[in-house]
Amino acid sequence: MKLYCLSNDPNKPCHILTFREVTMMLDCGLSMQSLLNFLPLSFVPSNKLMNMANWMPCDTSDPDLEGELKENGDRVFVDSPPEFCPPLDKLIDFSQVDVILISNYLCMMALPFITEGTGFKGRVYATEPTLQIGRLLLEELVIYIEQCPKCNFASQWKNFVHKCPYPLNEAFKPKSWKQIYNMNNVNASLSRIQMVGYNEKIDLYGALQVIPASSGYCLGSANWIISTEHEKIVYLSGSSTLTTHPRPMDHHALKNADILIMSDLTQTPISNPDSMLGVLCVVVGLTLRGGGNVLIPCYPTGVVYDLFECLSGKMQESGVANCPMFFISPVADMSLAYSNILAEWLSSVKQNKVYAPEEPFPHALLVKNNKLKHFKHIYSEGFSTDFQEPCVVFCGHPSLRFGDVVQFIELWGNNPRNCIVFTEPDYDYIEALAPYQPLQIKVAHCAIDTSLNFTQANKLIRDLKPKTLVVPECYTQPPVANPNLTELVIGNHPDSTLIPYKWGEVINLPLKRKQGQVLIETNVAQKIVPVEVKPGISLSTVTGSLNVKDNIHKIQELSDIKSKPVKYEWGTLNITEFLQKLSQEGITDAKVESLGGNVVVIHLQAEDALIQLEDNSTHVVCNADEKLRTKLRNIVMQCLKEF
Amino acid sequence: MPEIKITPLGAGQEVGRSCLLLTMGGKNIMLDCGMHMGYNDDRRFPDFSYISDGPISAFIDCVIISHFHLDHCGALPYMSEMVGYNGPIYMTHPTKAIAPILLEDMRKVSVEKKGEMNFFTSQMIKDCMKKVIAVTLHQSVMVDNDIEIKAYYAGHVLGAAMFWIRVGSQSVVYTGDYNMTPDRHLGAAWIDKCRPDLLISESTYATTIRDSKRCREKDFLKKVHECVDKGGKVLIPVFALGRAQELCILLETYWERMNLKAPIYFALGLTEKANNYYKMFITWTNQKIRKTFVQRNMFDFKHIKAFDRQYIDNPGPMVVFATPGMLHAGLSLQIFKKWAPNENNMIIMPGFCVQGTVGHKILNGAKTVEFENRQIVEVKMSVEYMSFSAHADAKGIMQLIQHCEPRNVMLVHGEAAKIDFLKEKIQQEFNLQCFSPANGETSVITTPVKIPVDVSLPLLKAEAKKFSGLTPDPKRRRTLHGVLLMKENSMCLMDVDEACKEAGINRHVVRFTSTLNINDPGPSLTTAHKIHGYIREKLPLCSVIFSEGEISIESVLVKVEGDDDDQKSVYVSWTNQDEELGSQILNLINHMGKV
Ligand SMILES: [Zn+2]
Repeated sequence: MKLYCLSNDPNKPCHILTFREVTMMLDCGLSMQSLLNFLPLSFVPSNKLMNMANWMPCDTSDPDLEGELKENGDRVFVDSPPEFCPPLDKLIDFSQVDVILISNYLCMMALPFITEGTGFKGRVYATEPTLQIGRLLLEELVIYIEQCPKCNFASQWKNFVHKCPYPLNEAFKPKSWKQIYNMNNVNASLSRIQMVGYNEKIDLYGALQVIPASSGYCLGSANWIISTEHEKIVYLSGSSTLTTHPRPMDHHALKNADILIMSDLTQTPISNPDSMLGVLCVVVGLTLRGGGNVLIPCYPTGVVYDLFECLSGKMQESGVANCPMFFISPVADMSLAYSNILAEWLSSVKQNKVYAPEEPFPHALLVKNNKLKHFKHIYSEGFSTDFQEPCVVFCGHPSLRFGDVVQFIELWGNNPRNCIVFTEPDYDYIEALAPYQPLQIKVAHCAIDTSLNFTQANKLIRDLKPKTLVVPECYTQPPVANPNLTELVIGNHPDSTLIPYKWGEVINLPLKRKQGQVLIETNVAQKIVPVEVKPGISLSTVTGSLNVKDNIHKIQELSDIKSKPVKYEWGTLNITEFLQKLSQEGITDAKVESLGGNVVVIHLQAEDALIQLEDNSTHVVCNADEKLRTKLRNIVMQCLKEF
Repeated sequence: MPEIKITPLGAGQEVGRSCLLLTMGGKNIMLDCGMHMGYNDDRRFPDFSYISDGPISAFIDCVIISHFHLDHCGALPYMSEMVGYNGPIYMTHPTKAIAPILLEDMRKVSVEKKGEMNFFTSQMIKDCMKKVIAVTLHQSVMVDNDIEIKAYYAGHVLGAAMFWIRVGSQSVVYTGDYNMTPDRHLGAAWIDKCRPDLLISESTYATTIRDSKRCREKDFLKKVHECVDKGGKVLIPVFALGRAQELCILLETYWERMNLKAPIYFALGLTEKANNYYKMFITWTNQKIRKTFVQRNMFDFKHIKAFDRQYIDNPGPMVVFATPGMLHAGLSLQIFKKWAPNENNMIIMPGFCVQGTVGHKILNGAKTVEFENRQIVEVKMSVEYMSFSAHADAKGIMQLIQHCEPRNVMLVHGEAAKIDFLKEKIQQEFNLQCFSPANGETSVITTPVKIPVDVSLPLLKAEAKKFSGLTPDPKRRRTLHGVLLMKENSMCLMDVDEACKEAGINRHVVRFTSTLNINDPGPSLTTAHKIHGYIREKLPLCSVIFSEGEISIESVLVKVEGDDDDQKSVYVSWTNQDEELGSQILNLINHMGKV
């Protein structure tokens, strides 16, 4: 069994696991850190972005590089459509992948890169919410980028990265970066997904069984259990033990694995989501009361549902209930609608509401009461008439490199009464804001990441007791930003062997299959005659015709051959007893000759035969006289035990 | 041989009051717990005293409800709260949401309108629903350590499911009511090749092969249109949820297209609520509705308005949907009494009616109907029956059998004569045993044993290697031979040497070598070749290999020695396990030498 690590970002994982000749891809996350090196895409011309100064590395005068890099403050940005770092394609040919298992909608953004134009022919499994909401995220991304076409594609800069200032000089493998896929690729890719339910047993070629178990992280999020009759591998991706809107995490299913692969732990290891939510509510209240606007860059799904619910309540309490909330995304309407029809995937509190029948999320009611207004874009019909300040705006993209958020920063960035609140943990907010600096708008950092922190993860490992624990290497060392917080690691667990892995590695996992399973059918089973060879241990020979279909082995009765069942002899032949039996049968001229060791030869001169005896073998040598041989055979058998 | 036992407490050779008792692997499972709508007395509920005279918790491991129709869940609060059952009850989420509403509705009609006694209360319905565990499609649910259940989409009403149930190596599929053709708001039933030991299928429409859906819809719309054109009133008795939504979608689009003005009413009180359930469980509807629900919710009707009792006597044409569907009580019956004497009016019965109901009577051509208070109603209105009930027809049932490949079939929830017809068809076409027990009668199905046993991989691999090394022959069977090592908690099949090692004993190999002399001048190799050819001819099924002067037949060795003169010594050697073959070959060569 082998594990390949194709993603550099443990929060956007992508692995290949090979086991029993099945090649599985575990998640296909797309690392988007590369975005921060690009200039934002604005669909109305922006003075600031257009007039940014060109930058050239010192002692370089390559004319092809001219205009590709722009400078703002101490940062350098690439002026080109943004590029993404897809999963590594050098270790494995994607056409060989049999199955892709997707854990949650945040871990599938690279799917079109894997399945389209690569010869991929496998199956893709995901839960219904993962498919439906994942579709929204993929579509939003494509719309954001396609609505701001750029005519020049910069490429020369990749040859000069080493001469660029931080952080561009540390960009990860920029030569492998790719342009985003198009909508046709998205549709083709998603059409390959087969929807599965939690705890649905999925058979893979009869060789393996995979089961998605609720992971509590977001709508439809799952951990995967991959098993045979004898082995169990658990792949743990985005998981949460906190109580929010999704179905709670299913611990039980993950227990006692031979191998536990753990990725996608929290990106905010030192802050706690509840207190961050508290800070957020206070900041929003203060800003609105001060007449300022709040800008919350976000994904169109996920924690944002909890924010609508929580903020609307808090705004009521702070006396700013009149300020509207705007939710702007090309998929805002779909996201609001889908979240309210996925009752079976929600926490029991939310689920119980549909029995009333009421919508599980209050945002349907907020929309009805005009507290929450949603638009596809800021230039959509009705937005300009509905727009009123002060207000709270939720919009994408959290990287601040495209989407309507770019326009809101232009609009509100120079007013210190306004506030931009970062709630999504994916991007460093300082880097996200860098191309817009200097800004007057207040900045609040309240990243809410509900996935497991290190304390929760270590506790979980203690509970689950995997034999082998496989984690990204970076989880075995304190975070780069907090090198002295040595408790922020996956520690050593006495019951589990720890194996770290990193990008580009192929590691062997210690799982040697020794046993399989066969099904013994009635007629064969009836012929089993157990012989107790030791207390509590019985043996019996089994013979049957083997029927193999879909990797399921059945032993059925041999229909036409009426042969006696084969038996085996065991134990040691006692020579005295043997000689006695010979003489009882009238063979009295036996001459015993010891050949040393425990080898003894018995010569039967009159019969022209000899019998060679050893501890574990007896050899009867005689002429073609079958009568004699049968007689000798019977005597040997009487002196041995058989099963 | 292990057995599966099924006893219908209801739905055995009848329609209505589905309730089956399933016993396998020492577990007792109740499949559906319905009430009979045609009776007002004890006969409406299944006879639970068959199970026990008191509470039945100790005898039933779990209850599974297929869908929210009262003939499948109507007796549930009676069983759990009045007879006494505290174990788990499984149903899908939509069923869990909708069933209590229908139960409450029925309770009101029975107790408050008809004054029936010995009926469950509202609180009992609530307490009963607390025992319900909701399941999602395809989710594998372990009821306890032995019982596993899994729901499949049945397409009969919102949330209707078929259930696969496994205990040990035995398995059963219970269909409840299902529909194999997609309709306006639901998809078609689907199941995988799960090869159960027994498929228990409904057979409401066992003898019908329904004409195309489109024709029936056109026919329905034409009749409604004609009736309102001449100023008549159309009554359509329906259940609150299910067919009603489908017919509403149908009329709504037709009214829109034809620009009709006659009012359509939906007389339920829970119209909006009912439609809300459809909105929230839209993932259970068909592909088309799911795709478009964000833009346009199919269940927001423009032309269909809420009904008020006062409208009964309004002049002019109208179309009214009213509950209940079988015309046995409530508003639909009240409207019927008013409108029946007018020949301009029409009643369309869109579903099956159980015996004893007014619906059943008029469908059988009754021209007058007598009620409890000696009121006699003349039926002059035209009576139309349109099979909109989403049940599988004969073709659909056969399809389902084909899909899931059961070893045995049982037909329930159908009339005896119709069941017999279909039974014969199934036996002919699939060569399957087909059962149809009556209520209280037990069918016993024996199932093959399949004991799962661990097997050592080297044993399997050695066999596979040997098999793939042979020349391909479709007739050749693969044989597996090994030794089963049985310990207290485990069984493992392995190679004999591995087994002896595991068991800590020494195998003792007994070998025989017989020497015979034959006269055959020439080199010994030539003699060996002769023997080789002879054995191949005599034992065509054995694998015979000739190499370096030695012949091996399976594991029997034959060797020839001797100079070029006449006399040759032939050694035949085998282990005791090959005694039969060894002595046979010895005899063969002996015989050859004498020829
Ligand atoms: Zn039904």
